[in-house]
This record gives sequence, structure tokens and C-alpha cells, in this order.
Amino acid sequence: MSLVTATDITVRVDGAERSVRLDNRVTVLDMLREHLGVTAPKKGCDHGQCGACTVLLDGRRVTTCLALAVAHDGAEIVTASGLGDTDDLHPVAQAFLDHDGFQCGYCTPGQICSGVQYPHCTPGQICSAVGMLDEFKAGAPSHVTVDLEEPADLSVAEIRERMSGNLCRCAAYPNIVAAIGAVPR
Amino acid sequence: MIPFEYHSATSVTDALTAVADRPDAVFLAGGTNLVDHMKLGIVTPGLVVDVGHLPLTNVDLLPDGTLRIGAEVRNSDLAAHAIVRSTHPVLTRALVSAASGQLRNLATTAGNLLQRTRCVYFQDLTTPCNKRVPGSGCSAVGGYTRYHAILGASEHCVAVHPSDMAVAMAALDARVVYLDANGEGRLTLSSFYRLPGERPELDTTLPSGALITAVEIPAPPANARSTYRKVRDRASYAFALTSVAAEVVVADGTVASARIALGGVAHQPWRARRAEQSLIGGPATEDAFGAAADAELAQARPLAGNEFKVELTRRAVVATLLSLVEGFQ
Repeated sequence: MSLVTATDITVRVDGAERSVRLDNRVTVLDMLREHLGVTAPKKGCDHGQCGACTVLLDGRRVTTCLALAVAHDGAEIVTASGLGDTDDLHPVAQAFLDHDGFQCGYCTPGQICSGVQYPHCTPGQICSAVGMLDEFKAGAPSHVTVDLEEPADLSVAEIRERMSGNLCRCAAYPNIVAAIGAVPR
Repeated sequence: MIPFEYHSATSVTDALTAVADRPDAVFLAGGTNLVDHMKLGIVTPGLVVDVGHLPLTNVDLLPDGTLRIGAEVRNSDLAAHAIVRSTHPVLTRALVSAASGQLRNLATTAGNLLQRTRCVYFQDLTTPCNKRVPGSGCSAVGGYTRYHAILGASEHCVAVHPSDMAVAMAALDARVVYLDANGEGRLTLSSFYRLPGERPELDTTLPSGALITAVEIPAPPANARSTYRKVRDRASYAFALTSVAAEVVVADGTVASARIALGGVAHQPWRARRAEQSLIGGPATEDAFGAAADAELAQARPLAGNEFKVELTRRAVVATLLSLVEGFQ
């Protein structure tokens, strides 16, 4: 008997239903980039350490390089591309633009940062920031939250702590923090 | 990664059946540690049984005050849970000090307990490691030891358990609930985790083929205060050099109750019972806290290169206890 090591998977990516048969080894990140042509999430470390591959999976920010696609059949995935486009920027994307919250743009990626699809340029940081702001609005505490039973202020310390899973080797951190702090809430 | 079969479990029973007679099977939940290890070649399963969709996602307060946490509750959800925040702040503090927001959204309670050491030699297939390949030797002894044990190690393994959550649970006398072919079983955190001894390849005493279904935390003593202090090389998103989970009750300046566990210093979350015995019934003073830490750390056997962790742990214990005592005044 031959082993079945591939599976039919259907997911919604940035609003569109996509079906594909994938080897069970394929991660959500590789499914998006290599099989569905959705290149907004970037492959940085591929070990869950850098945050460049962050998307919103069923509404939550996650590192897609450590998630097997086969385990997320039926998932709703929103990448940075799905958050808006040039004519209708997501408020977080607009804030990154206003505050120059990127340099090379990979973490924030891109040399491909043409402005044609601006959110492509900062997928990891932007997706993480959007997810983080949702968590904050829902009242989730962080490592630097002083009182666990009172709502926290979105201070610089809170933003830095909550975004610590997104590395930026250009060290654009000051402007990233400023951008997120300026997002209308 | 080698090709593998995948099965999405439809129930706990289905999950147990799927792995029976399949020694090459693993359970998958959040995947944040397992998938990484499959990429690195540390584990090479032939069958992955996905338990991440099982309905084990409740956090329930039982009539006797026990908090029952489902095995698949995400770390972020457990940290933010209102009862956990108010009743066991040490657990929320431990959870939010670990990993990143993205990882906590994937990681589960049971998966966190079963994550494996971050010893660099364990994760590097080119170096000998008794935990990965029994009998091959330990590269950490005489090697890079900054993140290695000062308590309870053996000549075969000096790795430490990486979890923060489990350190808080060890202090809180948590019980691991599991199901296997023999029915439901329970293990206290202290008996769930092992010291390396001569079998460092075994992290826990969980029976082969068993599935963790929940963690139970007994009600805390009245008027208890608890917190978690983590010392690390970065301000965020790093494993502990040392950490302290502590819960105390102080009445009229005297320590009425104390439960302490240490992280980052041993093969298991290290329940500091000698320190607890030193504290209980004594004054809640800095001198007494230092003496309690000394009582525990008298048994420390640091390695060449991590001697600093003894004093670091001593100071962390004292600082943690002082921060709790302030709340009683």
C-alpha cells in the first residue's frame, strides 16, 4: 500500500477561495508564496524567529513558516496585500508610509516596493501590527503591562514589547514604533 | 523533512487509536516547536496526528476552585483569560514573557509543556547529544554553557527545560491530565518532568501514546500574591537565563505560605522546596529571602562558564519575593 503524503486543501486568501493539492510537508508560507503566488509574506529565517512571514490566520497574527498548510485546511488568511491597495491604504500601511517605518522593506519587504501594491513592502511588520492592535483592543496583557486587571495604555514600551517578534535588520524600529503609535484608534 | 502521512483527529479516542501501534507517529498541535524540529531533522515522523482542532479549548473554574485548562487552549488566550489574570497572575506573567505574539497565538497548553530544550547542541545534528542520540555524548559539557543547568544535571545531559508557563504551573502544584489506553491519568508537574540522569532522551514520564487533555491548577491559598520574573539577554523574545515563579501569603510580617519554582536552571521546572521550607513561618524580610535562596542554591553545581547563574538566580529570587511583599504592606 502506498502512503498518502499529500492532501487537497482549500483556503480563502485575501478574500478569494483557493484550492490546491499539497505535499503534507508544505508550510502555510510556502503554500502562499510557491503554490498560490501570494508573495506578500516573506521568508526570512523559516524558523519562527523573525516575523517576516506573519499573516492574519483566522483573524490572528501567526508565523506561517511554522504552520503546516495541511493543518489549516479551510482557514481564512489575510496577508498584507489583503489589507488594502494603493488607492485605499490600510491605516497601518498609511502610518508606516507617513513615518518612514522601513528601510530595505523586507521585514517590511522590498526592493519590489514600487508603490503599485504598497502593502507588499511591509508585510511582516504591517500584518503583525494589525494583529497586535486587535489584541490590544481586546484587552490582552503583555510582558510590560503593569496592572493585569486594568486596560493598558499603548505606550512606546507596550508597542516595543508587543512587536518584539518582528525583527528589522535595518533597525527601523524608532519609526516603526512611531508609525504604530500614530495609527488612529 | 521526510514525507509523512497526516491525520486530523476527530476526537480524543480517534487520536489515541491513530497513534496506537505507530511508534513513528507524533501529535501535532500548534506546531511551533514540532515543525521546526521536523525541518531541522531532529524528529522524523512517518505519521502526524493533528490534535489542534479537538474541542479541548475551555478554561473552566470547577466548584472546588480548581482551574481546568484544556490542552488546546492557546497560550495567548490563557494569558488573557480574566480568571487567570486575577487568580494566578504568575501564570499570565509567565506566558506573556515567552516567545512572541505570533507564536503565542499558535502555541497550545499541552504543546508548551512538551516543547523540547533549546540547547544549541540538541538542535545541531552535526554535534553529539545524548538527548537526541542516546549514547553519543554531551557537547555542552566543556562547551557553551550560558543557557545550561546549574541544578539537577547529570554527566549525560546539562540541558534545561525552556518553558516559562511550566515554571509557573510547577509553583502552583498543577496536575497534567492525560488519556491513554488505560483511561484517564494524572501527574503532578513535579512527577511529570524528569531529571536527565542516565536517560536524558526522556523529558517526561508521560506514558507512550498518551494524549494530554488538560492541566488542572488547584485553588490558591487565601490572600495569595504571585508573580513571575524572567532574566534574559534581551528585554523581550528570548529564553530565560534564570526565572522565578513565586506565590506567597504574608500575614503580620510573617510568611504563611510560599511556593517557588525556578526556570532556565534545570532539566525540569525546578520546585524550590528548600527555599520554601526556609521561608515558611519566618519573617518576610530581604535577609530571610536571601537565606532561603541560599538554602536552595547550596545544591547548585554550575558548569564552567555559567557560574554567574547561581548569584543571578539568588538575586532574582530575592527581588521577586520583595516585589510580592510590597503588596502586603
